[in-house]
Amino acid sequence: MKKVLKPREREQLLGTTYAFPMGIWFTLFFTIPLSIIVLYSFLKRGLYGGVEWEFTLDAYRQMFNPSFAKVVIRTLWISIVATLGSILIAIPCGYAMAKSKYQTILLFLIIIPFWTNSLIRIYAWISILSTEGFINTLLIKMGILTEGVQLIYNNGAVVLVLIYMYLPFAILPLFTTIDKFDFALLDAARDLGATKLEAIVKVMFPNIKSGLSTAFIFTFIPIFGAYTVPLLVGGKDSTMIGNIIVDQVSKTRNWPLASAFSMVLTLISLVGVFWMLYNGKREQQQTKKTTQQSLELNIRRHHLRKVNSK
Amino acid sequence: MKGVEIAVEQVSRAYGTFKALDDVSVTIHKGEFFSLLGPSGCGKTTLLRIIAGFDYPDTGTVEFDGKDILPLPPDKRQSNTVFQTYALFPHLTVYENVAFPLRLRRVEKEELDRKVREYIRLVQLEEHIDKKPSMLSGGQKQRVAIARALINEPSVLLLDEPLSALDAKLRQNLLIELDVIHDKVGITFIYVTHDQSEALSVSDRIAVMNKGKILQIGTPYEIYEAPATRFVAQFIGESNIFPCKVLACEPYGKEYMLTVDVPSLGGEVTVTDYDPSEIGAEVDFTVRPEKVRITPNPPKTTHTYMNSYKGVVDEPVYSGFQSKFYIRLDNEAKPIIKVFKQHTAFLDEGPEIEWRDTVYVSWTAADGYIVKETDR
Repeated sequence: MKKVLKPREREQLLGTTYAFPMGIWFTLFFTIPLSIIVLYSFLKRGLYGGVEWEFTLDAYRQMFNPSFAKVVIRTLWISIVATLGSILIAIPCGYAMAKSKYQTILLFLIIIPFWTNSLIRIYAWISILSTEGFINTLLIKMGILTEGVQLIYNNGAVVLVLIYMYLPFAILPLFTTIDKFDFALLDAARDLGATKLEAIVKVMFPNIKSGLSTAFIFTFIPIFGAYTVPLLVGGKDSTMIGNIIVDQVSKTRNWPLASAFSMVLTLISLVGVFWMLYNGKREQQQTKKTTQQSLELNIRRHHLRKVNSK
Repeated sequence: MKGVEIAVEQVSRAYGTFKALDDVSVTIHKGEFFSLLGPSGCGKTTLLRIIAGFDYPDTGTVEFDGKDILPLPPDKRQSNTVFQTYALFPHLTVYENVAFPLRLRRVEKEELDRKVREYIRLVQLEEHIDKKPSMLSGGQKQRVAIARALINEPSVLLLDEPLSALDAKLRQNLLIELDVIHDKVGITFIYVTHDQSEALSVSDRIAVMNKGKILQIGTPYEIYEAPATRFVAQFIGESNIFPCKVLACEPYGKEYMLTVDVPSLGGEVTVTDYDPSEIGAEVDFTVRPEKVRITPNPPKTTHTYMNSYKGVVDEPVYSGFQSKFYIRLDNEAKPIIKVFKQHTAFLDEGPEIEWRDTVYVSWTAADGYIVKETDR
């Protein structure tokens, strides 16, 4: 007898089929390279690059070198400052876009920079900030300065350009959640005695939490792994983890150490993603739990009433 | 009496070329249940939003007890609003929604808890105190919104079509609850609605609005029994309206007895009115369908001022608590007159009236009325 599939089963089967190409793609170009990195980080360094097939924890031991620790700490604070800066700018941007009549045009304007090579955009900033650059020339012409001031090749410039590069990643998720936000809630909060700021902090922020955490992850992770920006606009003391990895691969030829640092980046990103997933799950569970509780409560009450009436 | 007196003076508000409010003046008394009634787009919500502080007038003033409130932002006004969409905070429980205004004012913990529970009891939601708004029904959400708006002890409660999203049965119950709450807290209520039965059943006074203007302000009785304009007569309840010309006008007790010529009814009609009319004036004659009697035979009555016409049932509509008849009168103009018949002593009323039956419609002079200010 031929087995007839129920519609639901057929859908599941089709789903598996559709997912197959994507599965192959991820295995070939994502899982395998990642496994190689994990593997290399536990191997002994080869003399002229590459690895020797001998298990060792040397790479991880080398990471605790004080000079590397300094870089890790710097990477952390630069990333946090740049991420918070992006989000602080992105919230009013997203708000203005959600309220605007010209949403499509504004979205378009935000996406346009992506069509230009990121290196060119960084070089544009160099020409704006450098000693003979746009800002200095303007200030000298206006008579405010007599000679150019060093604006570039320091950590401030790195933070500024990082914010510029990753701002769209913060604006887009915030815009989508703010767009879904019911602005009547702000009216209600104002009506009930909240000032403008209180209404935004106490009513809008809790309701766009998912957008805030997405914006945080979307900006923090790429900024944490950045290497072109600190390389081009940073000074001697602006190196970040990304630069160490490049140096270890191309100059020092210590592939296991480069792999170990990559592992650190990947793990921190994973922590972020899991934190986001966990937050989403917890919110779901909370509502489920209360539904369950109220159901049980109702059943109990029903029984009590029965007992009492007897 | 708690609450404030609200004086709206010559308020106008335009959006582009659209006049949402056109020179509106109204005084709402202390502790009154006042309704703004009108079709959508008549400006009633704009007026409410101006009083609440979410919109501002282009010209005119709004005063609470003689104090100009227009410079104040919404959070500094003595008014609170119940929104049409409820606008409950989805991230907070019922308890925290109601506690929100108190938390903003940093009310002391025990005082806050006592008050929140008191107001949740007022709207009978004790069982749902820890639920999030998404788990409540429409009627429950509305009650949370009312409790939240009342907990600040405002002088005015503004209600923006608060029941429009609910089903008919629930609406009736909540309306009565709202009236009970009004009696308990005793503050001024301003109730915006497009539903005339809601406005008629609970209001102390009603302002009927259309196209940015207030057409009539009066008690539900006045609005229904003596509409000032043709629009009011048509918007509130159902009406038979015919243009007519005044032939005679003489005092009749405290009122006046008018004889008017109604061309579409093909004859003269007697009707009483509170005010005298000029002879020859062009006005409208109106009679409510439920005041017209319908009988299979000519009405036997000794009433002096009786108006009676013969016609044919064009369309009978049975609707449970009453029957509607559309009667085509037997004259040249063949006008249609609506009649509502209550089913009192249904079986004793003689033969049932059916489609195509010849019938007689009749009403006394006191049942009809004259609408003078036409807004055609």
